[in-house]
Amino acid sequence: MELLAKIFAMAIAAIFVQNFVLARFLGLCPYIGVSKKLDSALGMGMAVIFVMTMASTFTWLIQTYLLVPLKIEFLQTIAFILTIASLVQLVEMIIQKTAPALYKALGVFLPLITTNCAVLGVAILNINEEYTFIFAILNGLFAGLGFTLVLILMAGIRERLERAELPRTMRGMPIAMIVAGCMALAFLGFSGLKF
Amino acid sequence: MSVIKEFTKGIVKENPVFVMALGLCPVLAVSSSVENAIGMGAAATFVLVFSNIFISLIKGFIPRKIRIPSYIVVIASFVTIVDMVMEAYVPALHKNLGLFIPLIVVNCIILGRAEAFAGKNNLIRSILDGFGMGLGFTLALIVIASIREILGAGQFLGYNVLPATFKPMLVAILAPGAFLVMGLLMGLMNLKKK
Repeated sequence: MELLAKIFAMAIAAIFVQNFVLARFLGLCPYIGVSKKLDSALGMGMAVIFVMTMASTFTWLIQTYLLVPLKIEFLQTIAFILTIASLVQLVEMIIQKTAPALYKALGVFLPLITTNCAVLGVAILNINEEYTFIFAILNGLFAGLGFTLVLILMAGIRERLERAELPRTMRGMPIAMIVAGCMALAFLGFSGLKF
Repeated sequence: MSVIKEFTKGIVKENPVFVMALGLCPVLAVSSSVENAIGMGAAATFVLVFSNIFISLIKGFIPRKIRIPSYIVVIASFVTIVDMVMEAYVPALHKNLGLFIPLIVVNCIILGRAEAFAGKNNLIRSILDGFGMGLGFTLALIVIASIREILGAGQFLGYNVLPATFKPMLVAILAPGAFLVMGLLMGLMNLKKK
């Protein structure tokens, strides 16, 4: 029961209180870049959830069973980014072979995920926070869910903004930033939730 | 003449943050104080200049197909150096910037310059380009951080600059303030362009 409560607290923290995009500023490029249409936002979100969970799993294993025993923790950054890059490549190939329909839907976004700082961010955070294996995986999953949630919310708002009358100078990126600011204000309300 | 241009273009005309909207994550995350902004700018400039130098020197040896992974390894090595040096000499700043130092690896400005410039140009031009872009990035960070620190804390580099009657707008140094200031500045840049 206690474990369940801990997992619940972690989910709330990762999705709402310390949201990766709005509170930690990670993964802003896809958040601004891929939030123009709802369906592409959904595709990107799914791909990111998958890669973040996988990356959390593998980087934790590499850190614990390779870097720490060999005392080469200083290679962490290099090792993690290579792991993530190969993971993304692998995922891309597997999806292409087994689920061509899904590959077509995600296709464009998959290679972009390597340079999504949320992925490397969650991997390093897991190590810094000294999570156990299971919690590291769960943290990756929840962080991905939080990212997807705000990405989809943003895409919904931006689809409506397309038809709104805006001053010309504010169209596109500037208004997207302002909207993100308003969303961050709303998410600030969650910071009262402490477990 | 054109060599000078490689240096100056990064500062205003092709400013990586305001014009090309690259590397937004660290810009928004560490701009809550001017001190952090200068630290982050210096770290990124160092990595940018050295990865540009290195990549421009070895560009002839890298097969085209594996150039991106090679660039990333070069960049990651320099980021590791910066990370360790900062931890040893400026531990307080290192702690403030935290996660965002290792994350310089995935900063699109650096990989972007490697791919778009250093992989194609000679050493001198690549160094100037790296310095210019790094300076442009640092200046953008300082502009945003100044606005946020003055409005949010009434301070600049830790010194009080506004009269005591001024009530700091806390929101400016919290997360939403970063997005709002950035959005308004981008709007201003658009206004200037037209």
